[in-house]
Amino acid sequence: MPTNAPTAAPPLPDVASSDTTLRHFLHGLPGVDTVGLEARAAALGTRSIKTTAKAYAIDLAISMVDLTTLEGADTPGKVRALGAKAVHPDPTDPATPSTAAVCVYPDMVASAKEAVAGSSVKVASVATAFPAGRAALPVKLADVRDAVAAGADEIDMVIDRGAFLAGKYLKVYDEITAVKEACGTSARLKVIFETGELSTYDNIRRASWLGMLAGADFIKTSTGKVAVNATPANTLLMLEAVRDFRARTGVQVGVKPAGGIRTTKDAIKFLVLVNETVGEDWLDNHWFRFGASSLLNDLLMQRQKLATGRYSGPDYVTVD
Amino acid sequence: MSDKSEQQRLSVFKTYKLYVGGKFPRSESGRVYEVSDSKGKWLANAPLSSRKDARDAVVAARKAFGAWSGATAYNRGQILYRVAEMLEGRRSQFVHEVADAEGLSKSKANELVEATIDRWVWYAGWTDKIAQVVGGGNPVAGPYFNLSSPEPTGVVTVLAPQESSFLGLVSVIAPVIATGNTAIVIASERSPLPALSLGEVLATSDLPGGVVNVLSGRTAEIAAPLASHQDVNAIDLAGADDVLAKELEIAAADNLKRVLRPQPVDDWRAVPGIERMTAFLETKTVWHPTGSLGASGSSY
Repeated sequence: MPTNAPTAAPPLPDVASSDTTLRHFLHGLPGVDTVGLEARAAALGTRSIKTTAKAYAIDLAISMVDLTTLEGADTPGKVRALGAKAVHPDPTDPATPSTAAVCVYPDMVASAKEAVAGSSVKVASVATAFPAGRAALPVKLADVRDAVAAGADEIDMVIDRGAFLAGKYLKVYDEITAVKEACGTSARLKVIFETGELSTYDNIRRASWLGMLAGADFIKTSTGKVAVNATPANTLLMLEAVRDFRARTGVQVGVKPAGGIRTTKDAIKFLVLVNETVGEDWLDNHWFRFGASSLLNDLLMQRQKLATGRYSGPDYVTVD
Repeated sequence: MSDKSEQQRLSVFKTYKLYVGGKFPRSESGRVYEVSDSKGKWLANAPLSSRKDARDAVVAARKAFGAWSGATAYNRGQILYRVAEMLEGRRSQFVHEVADAEGLSKSKANELVEATIDRWVWYAGWTDKIAQVVGGGNPVAGPYFNLSSPEPTGVVTVLAPQESSFLGLVSVIAPVIATGNTAIVIASERSPLPALSLGEVLATSDLPGGVVNVLSGRTAEIAAPLASHQDVNAIDLAGADDVLAKELEIAAADNLKRVLRPQPVDDWRAVPGIERMTAFLETKTVWHPTGSLGASGSSY
């Protein structure tokens, strides 16, 4: 296993006490071996998962889906339909697990909450001027407080990529801690880095550590709104980061790849990455999620195929 | 180089590939099988498709269905005529392949290829006429304008005839796509080469990728998952023997697929009639209110 993990595990010094110490720490992280990382991610993607293992993987993947609708055209009706689907993804088979959560814009949280009431499905809300994150901090915090007040169980915030790329790490750090505080104890915080805009793997590693130091409960690849979203390589890199972070601090952080994962095959590849990198501790929807919308239909069709032996088709799942 | 090396030019063998979604993939399984002529002489290796290739073909055919069924009948006719034009240019290749596959003389094979090209032209002409023959206004006892129009069934699996490797093949593909369906074709098991070469013609005929998908291999192996596939709307069993046809028909009953049973064909050159087209058409009937009828009858 290629590991750039820090060898010893000294408690982290107070690295965020100033911009200088934070930069010193983040730039002191080992560089990422790009070729090795991509080769490793590709190699793990070739595993063949069949029969009972596949059935297990499909059910696990369904239970990890954050069923997402983030469109300007979202209506309360659409959110209700989505909530119903999250609770009973396949109404023809009650044994199908529910998804982990529905993910909506803050103003739809109340509708979503109503739609999933009485089930185990959580309501996640994007916030902090999603997806660009280009707003003043008070506005972002108001956005978060709105969502939490409406009952969101999880907040998906975006970091200020402009500040991060300009090297103002402490600004990003302070923003995350402020949002974390606004989440209070009731909501878990997912931090979106928009890896497609961070340019380099080194930056993704730095952002991951920055997010975790600032108190993220989850680190998430992307918004799903840019050209490059979750890839096996950047997700593998973030999984290595959460593994190393737990080794260093004892704190476990979740990972959520989002955007561009559309097929069962892709989803299973990600689960293999999880199992091989961080192990079974993360193979649970408390610690690993898929941000997706069309993925669920493909998972359901594959599930029906395994149950009946017949290939299923889009006529047998809902149109969202 | 010297004259000698020109004389001993190395043979350039053709790698026959599947035609799926407008592309030419090898079988996902990586398997091939040997294809020989009627006398048992080796001709080429053809891909031995797996059920995954079949599933990929269904995805491609489904994706192509919206645009192809939505294209105007006139446009579909032009494209099918274009296929005939392209075939005309590659006649000698097909004469060669058909002669090898069916053990015919060059002149006999030539006749068959000509008949095949004419068959494309024949079906190209039908695209914008079939609706007038099987659709139209219906007289109804009420204040309604009542109109029936034929619509394509959807994704159709076609088991190509085993014996007639080219004329028979085209005679079952053309009627399916002329009316706006998309097709997954399982080529003749023993002589798939003309079908695989036809894919190359279709790819250069403005036919959108995925409208016709050609698979070669063991007919029974590929047909079984397609017959039970929930996203296939119909199946033409032309190339199935009695035992296989029965099995496939049972599998197809699961999602009420439209099934065209194998029909004995004495001579593929005979004028085919429109049954193969109407077999994969649904009739949509619209009742349009016209207002109440006056005392004297119709209000218009």
